[in-house]
Amino acid sequence: MLYRETGQFKTTYSADMAMLPLRQDRIALGALLVFAFVGIPLLAHFAVWPFGNEYLLRAILLPFLILSLAAIGVNILIGYCGQISLGSGAFMAIGAYMAYKFGTGMPEIGLPALPVLPSILLGGVCSAIVGVLFGIPSLRIKGLYLAVATLAAQFFFDWLFLRVKWFTNYAPSGSVSAPELNVFGWVVDEPIERYLFCLAFVVFFAFVAKNLVRGAIGRQWMAIRDMDIAAELMGIRPFFAKLSAFAVSSFMVGVAGALWAFVYLGAWEPLAFSIDRSLQLLFMVIIGGLGSILGSFLGAGFILMVPIFLNVVPSELGVPLSTETISHLEFIIFGSLICFLLIKEPHGFARLVSLAKEKLRLWPFPY
Amino acid sequence: MSGLSFAIPGGIGAVLAGLMFVLLRGDRRSVVDTIVHVALAAVTAVFLGYLASRAIDNPGGFLEILVGGLLSGVLYSLVALGFVLIFKASGVFNYAQGAMVLVAGLALVRSLDYLTGLGVANIVAIPLAILFSGAVMALCAFVIEKWVLRPLLNQDGLTLFMSTIGATFVLEGLAQMVFGSGVYPLRLFPTDAWILGEGMFPGGILVNKLDVWGGLIAAILVVALAAFFQYTKTGRALRAVADDHAAAQSVGIPISWIWFIVWLVAGIVALVAATVWGTKLGVQFSIVFLALKALPVLIIGGFTSVPGAIVGGLIVGAGEKLAEIYLGELIGGGIEYWFAYVLALAVLLVRPQGLYGEKIIERI
Repeated sequence: MLYRETGQFKTTYSADMAMLPLRQDRIALGALLVFAFVGIPLLAHFAVWPFGNEYLLRAILLPFLILSLAAIGVNILIGYCGQISLGSGAFMAIGAYMAYKFGTGMPEIGLPALPVLPSILLGGVCSAIVGVLFGIPSLRIKGLYLAVATLAAQFFFDWLFLRVKWFTNYAPSGSVSAPELNVFGWVVDEPIERYLFCLAFVVFFAFVAKNLVRGAIGRQWMAIRDMDIAAELMGIRPFFAKLSAFAVSSFMVGVAGALWAFVYLGAWEPLAFSIDRSLQLLFMVIIGGLGSILGSFLGAGFILMVPIFLNVVPSELGVPLSTETISHLEFIIFGSLICFLLIKEPHGFARLVSLAKEKLRLWPFPY
Repeated sequence: MSGLSFAIPGGIGAVLAGLMFVLLRGDRRSVVDTIVHVALAAVTAVFLGYLASRAIDNPGGFLEILVGGLLSGVLYSLVALGFVLIFKASGVFNYAQGAMVLVAGLALVRSLDYLTGLGVANIVAIPLAILFSGAVMALCAFVIEKWVLRPLLNQDGLTLFMSTIGATFVLEGLAQMVFGSGVYPLRLFPTDAWILGEGMFPGGILVNKLDVWGGLIAAILVVALAAFFQYTKTGRALRAVADDHAAAQSVGIPISWIWFIVWLVAGIVALVAATVWGTKLGVQFSIVFLALKALPVLIIGGFTSVPGAIVGGLIVGAGEKLAEIYLGELIGGGIEYWFAYVLALAVLLVRPQGLYGEKIIERI
């Protein structure tokens, strides 16, 4: 009754092609954004439960936002362009380490230390360049073969950042810490400030991604995904379409990596971006829904919440489990959920959301 | 460094040869292809030239590394074999093979520990433990076939691949929960070394007995598998399913039974791999990551070829050990961590179907 298009007339083409054609959707998104940008800081400021708790901001919302951004990047490549990648962790690492290098300066080539914002973006650019290089095999191979090619990226960069001391500014332990997060004089260090900093990035790139996939280039990606030969015959250049997907995807994943390192971790080592991270991102995208920006957020939230849930619930119920058992249980539940979702709902949570919307439109009538 | 003076002219020669080859062939190839091929030829030539010069400097040491590398490559082949079996029979790219090695190894070592703890003599305990872990693998095969693969019948390869990643997580978690997550030493084979050819080279060549055992077992396994595929009714049915699911089904081959058998055979191959690897490194979680190396082995050998899995394993094993020792001096150790993957990437660019694979990839 509340959620239907009755009475909303589209009188222009642009209204017809709008990102959110339904007024209710626009209101909901607006309300969500206002809540995220204004509501949560206010609630945190006045310490209203549960937002007064720093843990929620630092350990749940912050990683959720950053990994959502990474998942959007991965989704562009796998979900929209159909090029499977197991090397997302490596691209996060490239973003993180190159942002670190730009942020601390490269005296060898006479480059002074750059401010944080350009460092993070340049980290993303470096990641995009490497992404294009590792995307070149995709012009010849596809599917699982490509997955192995991207695994090469994963293992090579794990090694590179561990062994080549230049990337860590010759830190003896191999662990590096991020420079001070100073954005035009605003020092980002309180959890709420970190949260807002990441939120701005994520919202901006989510809108960019949403509009890219709606536009000409996104439709090219999807055509390549659905049937590359037919797409080529229609005049889509696979070279351009695939490499642009690799570039955009790696850029977003790289920016997410830089944020992960700078804002969330603060100090990190290559282990933070191992193959596990790549698989985690892959799962977020599968569980959330391939080919859906909303799904990236849902998948990221879900994958992050499962371990926290498994940690909290047994102890609340008075069934203490050892951390080892919990991590094993996590493995089992993850794995079963992935199999379950692939079998029952191959399109992920995003599909459930659209089904729910469909039901809501008809409610309270059955048809 | 004498090696580089040898390698650089070789590399330049290879670039010229590659250019000549590409130009003379007159094939309609893109510029990117040409550049990639020539660059790869140059890198390969420099690497091989460098290795050759080092081999001339110290033939004994070189042979020792080569033999050690080849024999450890056999271990990769063992895991890759399991992949190939499943890929051939069901078109499923089985990411869970590494996890199956872990499950088999843990089941074996823990039941063996338990039995010896009860005071059972080794001669009885080892067959019992092997039987037990075989049963565990059969259970895995049954469960995966029934609850993961059968509901996903007729889905595309990517979905099946991801479902095996899911199965991997479940297997890893369950195995560690049931059998424990420590490092368990397994002692089924001798691990000391032979010294060969003392007359020919100063100091002789050290060869690990375990690696030789591994090679022997792999050979026996390949012969047994070949016989199974060639001479038994089930084996023939397996090959029929591999060729064409629908046609096999229409002549009355029970496809889900065949898939169960394939997964069981892959499980037994995993068990064999686990016995050798467990003896070498102890049964532990990191076996899963070593098993990932079977992926580049498959790319190099070809996804559908049993001999390809063996040859690919040997190339990866020898290549990464040689690169680790000789290149490691120049650019820092740890190369064996990624060498196999980069080699696979190079093979993909030049010959995507692998050395022995069927040419299935269309030009895109």
